[in-house]
Amino acid sequence: MSAKKILYGLFDDEEILLKAVKGVRAEGVRISDVHTPFPVHGLDEAMGLRMTKLHSAGFIFGATGTLTALAFITWISTVNYPINYGGKPYFSLPAWIPITFELTVLFSAVGMTLTYLYLNRLAPGIEPRVLDNRLTSHMFAMTFELEEDTPSEKREEIRKMLEAQGAVEVHEKDFDQ
Amino acid sequence: MFVSPIREPLIQGHKTYAQMTEDIIGPVEAKPTKTWMMAVTFTGLLAIVGFIMIGLTITYGIGLWGLNKTIGWAWDITNFVWWIGIGHAGTLISAILLIFRQKWRTGVNRSAEAMTIFAVMCAGLFPLIHMGRIWLAFFIFPYPNTRGPVWPNFDSPLLWDVFAISTYFTVSLLFWYVGLIPDLATVRDRATTAFRKKMYNIFSFGWTGTAKQWQRFESLSLVLAGLSTPLVLSVHTIVSFDFATSVIPGWHTTIFPPYFVAGAIFSGFAMVLTLMLVVRKIFHLEEYITLAHIESMNKVIILTGSIVGVAYITELFTAWYSQNQYEQYAFINRSMGPYWWSYWGMMTCNVISPQLFWIRKLRRSVVFTFFMSVVINIGMWFERFVIIVTSLHRDFIVSSWSYYTPTVVEIFIYLGTIGFFMTLFLVFAKVAPVIALAEVKSILKTAGDQYIGAGAKHGHHEEETSKPGHYETLIKPQ
Repeated sequence: MSAKKILYGLFDDEEILLKAVKGVRAEGVRISDVHTPFPVHGLDEAMGLRMTKLHSAGFIFGATGTLTALAFITWISTVNYPINYGGKPYFSLPAWIPITFELTVLFSAVGMTLTYLYLNRLAPGIEPRVLDNRLTSHMFAMTFELEEDTPSEKREEIRKMLEAQGAVEVHEKDFDQ
Repeated sequence: MFVSPIREPLIQGHKTYAQMTEDIIGPVEAKPTKTWMMAVTFTGLLAIVGFIMIGLTITYGIGLWGLNKTIGWAWDITNFVWWIGIGHAGTLISAILLIFRQKWRTGVNRSAEAMTIFAVMCAGLFPLIHMGRIWLAFFIFPYPNTRGPVWPNFDSPLLWDVFAISTYFTVSLLFWYVGLIPDLATVRDRATTAFRKKMYNIFSFGWTGTAKQWQRFESLSLVLAGLSTPLVLSVHTIVSFDFATSVIPGWHTTIFPPYFVAGAIFSGFAMVLTLMLVVRKIFHLEEYITLAHIESMNKVIILTGSIVGVAYITELFTAWYSQNQYEQYAFINRSMGPYWWSYWGMMTCNVISPQLFWIRKLRRSVVFTFFMSVVINIGMWFERFVIIVTSLHRDFIVSSWSYYTPTVVEIFIYLGTIGFFMTLFLVFAKVAPVIALAEVKSILKTAGDQYIGAGAKHGHHEEETSKPGHYETLIKPQ
């Protein structure tokens, strides 16, 4: 992709924003994204976003942890180097529950966090595309990606619609990539 | 959204989102004050002295401590359990209270989580230096080796502890940092100097707050909370197994896991209060950490303090009812033997004093709460000392009976960890927002004093909620 043009409207309240998101979608216009300074409840549903599958990843990582711990400890204690501790059986499952539990939690938390960072494109050194410095403080933005050949009437139309929906400011911004 | 009239506002001063950013990010941007510089110098020096003492211990061995053949665990393990206990409040506040949908959590969770991480760091130091030969510390991990391979003993609570504490540290760190990313992005976007912009750009990981990012953020927070809840209970349970699975009278009891967990939350909340009352004053955050927050924490202190009190009395009852003379002697000796002062110190600080919080006026007094928070932490330190040292000093053979007093080295290692902890906390409070800004903003409409409580003046909120459709989007719990 070459240069990308983004048209965005700024809102100063999440309740107005929520209504605007529904209003714009009702008019059949596709919203590219919405930026908010804090999680706004109901926004994902209003935008028609699918529920994230992150928690499924958490379950898979957790199950991997459980199996890793059980398999590894069983192999060590019964096959690789069995040692008799106080007459207990080599395969003493109840004593292994704590470590199995800890590794389940560890694998799940670490795996899920890494998945989260990957999906959200978060890593040290990534240059964010900041539309407006107030978006992490007290402003909310609804954005529309424009193509090179988007007619100016279309832009005007979106502008008008944003203002009608309660946007306090409307801007355009170019990004290199 | 309906808010019960008995709910007190959690954000005072008719705040707007812009003002909240200003109030909470402001202290990060301001030049360090003289008080901060002096405090950090003092705690830093204390930490350095502590590390010198640790260096001496590693060089000359733990013969520098007051341990002897009978009393092989004393201040070191006491300090370890004390710090781990303190480290329980952060995860309790951020995980268990998230699941219980307690909104007051948002005002204190960030600092409590930071405190958890720093406390666990201090705790981890003690078993390591107690090993004597710290350079062989990697022996505790299961790795293929040339000695057989001989693996660590997976049936031992000491190994469970290694896994529990390292998992707890990792998960707490992830939970804390994931929450910190959006707030660091706020600092980045407000930065006026190139250096600050660059640094916060690196640490905020390129966050822009899109709807999808927040959706995943919420999903991750909820699952991490769900994982951390049993985790926090497991950690102190496993620490208590270090004692409970042994055959020492006074340690060998099944009551230990719940008793240790309650004690940990009790001392952790006390430490959160100690720190928050200072932070609130220095950074002028009285409008975000209100008397309602302090009262809620004091209620948790009454509950956990009472559980601890019941546990102490249950131990005495069980010793009598068991008719086991060794168990009975252990408890008579605790309260009337050579260490009677530590037992009664513990009883006064932990059982009697938190009951004063039944009085509403005291629960809502900042000065009294601060005083009590220090008393409770002293009491909880005594508890661990009582359990560890008094149970050990009367060995099975009378000729092995002994007495323990700490050496200067041990005292300064302990004080050094307090200095280290405070230094880390002071640095954290200077470079990162001490209040979870994004989370506090998300409760403004349901907990701000212009929307609820006696001073509420915005009527429009109720009107809007009466419309169908809108209500459904807001009814989703926070």
